[in-house]
Amino acid sequence: MSLDKDTVKKLATLARLDLPEAELTHLAGELSNIMQFVEQLGEVNTDGVAPMTSVAHMTLPRRKDEVTDGGYPERVLANAPDAMDGFYTVPKVVE
Amino acid sequence: MSELTNLTIADARAKLAKGEISAVELTEAHILAMEAARGLNAFVTETPELALERAREADAAQQKGEAGLLSGIPLGIKDLFATEGVRTTASSKILENFVPPYESTISANLKKAGAVMLGKTSLDEFAMGSSNMTSAFGPVISPWKRKSNSNAQLVPGGSSGGSASAVSARIAMGATGTDTGGSIRQPASFCGIVGFKPTYGRCSRWGTIAFASSLDQAGPMTRTVKDAALMLQAMAGHDPKDSTSANIAVPDFAAAMTGDIRGLKIGIPKEYRPDGLSAEISKLWDDGIEMLKAAGATPVEISLPHTKYALATYYIVAPAECSSNLARYDGVRYGMRVEGKTLDELYAKTRAAGFGQEVRRRILIGTYVLSAGYYDAYYTKAQKVRALIAEDFRKAFETVDAILTPTAPSAAFGLGETNDDPVAMWLNDVFTVPASLAGLPGISVPTGLSSEGLPLGLQLLGRPFDEETVLKVAGVLESAAGFKATPNGVEI
Repeated sequence: MSLDKDTVKKLATLARLDLPEAELTHLAGELSNIMQFVEQLGEVNTDGVAPMTSVAHMTLPRRKDEVTDGGYPERVLANAPDAMDGFYTVPKVVE
Repeated sequence: MSELTNLTIADARAKLAKGEISAVELTEAHILAMEAARGLNAFVTETPELALERAREADAAQQKGEAGLLSGIPLGIKDLFATEGVRTTASSKILENFVPPYESTISANLKKAGAVMLGKTSLDEFAMGSSNMTSAFGPVISPWKRKSNSNAQLVPGGSSGGSASAVSARIAMGATGTDTGGSIRQPASFCGIVGFKPTYGRCSRWGTIAFASSLDQAGPMTRTVKDAALMLQAMAGHDPKDSTSANIAVPDFAAAMTGDIRGLKIGIPKEYRPDGLSAEISKLWDDGIEMLKAAGATPVEISLPHTKYALATYYIVAPAECSSNLARYDGVRYGMRVEGKTLDELYAKTRAAGFGQEVRRRILIGTYVLSAGYYDAYYTKAQKVRALIAEDFRKAFETVDAILTPTAPSAAFGLGETNDDPVAMWLNDVFTVPASLAGLPGISVPTGLSSEGLPLGLQLLGRPFDEETVLKVAGVLESAAGFKATPNGVEI
């Protein structure tokens, strides 16, 4: 599988990475090499094999659906680059 | 370099308990060593004042007869573990100024056991790398030098390179690492120390910055196997805050090191001896087999037929999980922010500026293999091959008790000696990745030196949650190998 520059551009948009044109070209080559390397998995017969979903073979634990933590908005917002009045801020999203 | 910085954790505990040394003395010696070795760039953030405060508390606890398992022991904490009030960066620009308001379970457990944190050790950015060259705060240097050229700076391996370098250089008595595809074991091998990745689920992942959640596992990096057992004892245990943390009892790890491995069967996987394996590594491995045989164990040739597909599987699964996990860095809630006219522009500009090259590359691969139309062909396929790799191990462990392999295909390489091909760099992890995919415990023990005088390690793997057998065999291997070499500037 070879990835062209347009595909990489589309991936970068999906991943929310604003990459310069020059890097897109470079990445197209690198990502193509990587995808060629992983192509070898095609050789493996996986008919009837269930994909691994849990490493430790255990059932996920359950707990009561209740609030167990919280009540400190100032700590939650402490690392926000631009918090205001107890809220996170973003550029205007509604016209 | 003082006598105090050369002690093992086990010896220091005994001296502290007898009152021969104080935790403050021990900590001060390590702080001096940390300052003297700044050229290694092993720490992103040093916390000497906090260390002395904890050391005073440890001395007080010792007086009262309330000393914990690691009371007064100076440790490095990989900068991937969130530490309350202490900057935690994952060696990334995007978290350059992140100060967690909470403590990770692992660092909290160590603190509870009385350990002293010297500082936060450097790593490859978000633990993605095998050289520690991808850190946004510059590469970490190994304290080891080649015989033929003592000017060449060598990498400590990665991603836990700062931890490995610090423990090897006698700056810290031990350090935490995390291992996703070999990030504890490979740097341990490169730096001539012990690195132990326990079974997936043995140590809580809560508060550890996530890279690939189905693979990430914390573990100790120390200078002896016994010290690794002691440190793991303090780190391990069930944590309701991590749903994949195993709710099973934690055994006495140090007690498992009985020195008696008579009758144990040690698997020697033939697939780990590919045609290109260097004669030096091949001999190291053969010597290790002989040592275990001499101690009464029986080597058994085994086959793990899907080994050759492990790296390709890993490089689909790990980037897929990384692209999901790293979606949280959005410039809104914490971390760096680059303003944009729209919300999408803010996201894209922030992430492009905050993530380094290797991280961006892996996010893109992950985005690709998870995207509509490719998900089954890549991600589902990889998870199926992963199941086959795990099955190979399960079958092997029906007949053997542990598996012995080399840890890495070579000794440490020099800074700038590698080419730009990411796939070539990934080959460093060829022997460590399979056990990561299967979630198995694995330890690297230093057992020899390369022709250039650089450390080389052997890896022992065990059954899930059978860290005890791994430690037992590792202890015997360590005694038999008698690895006494020390890096430049360290004399014992």
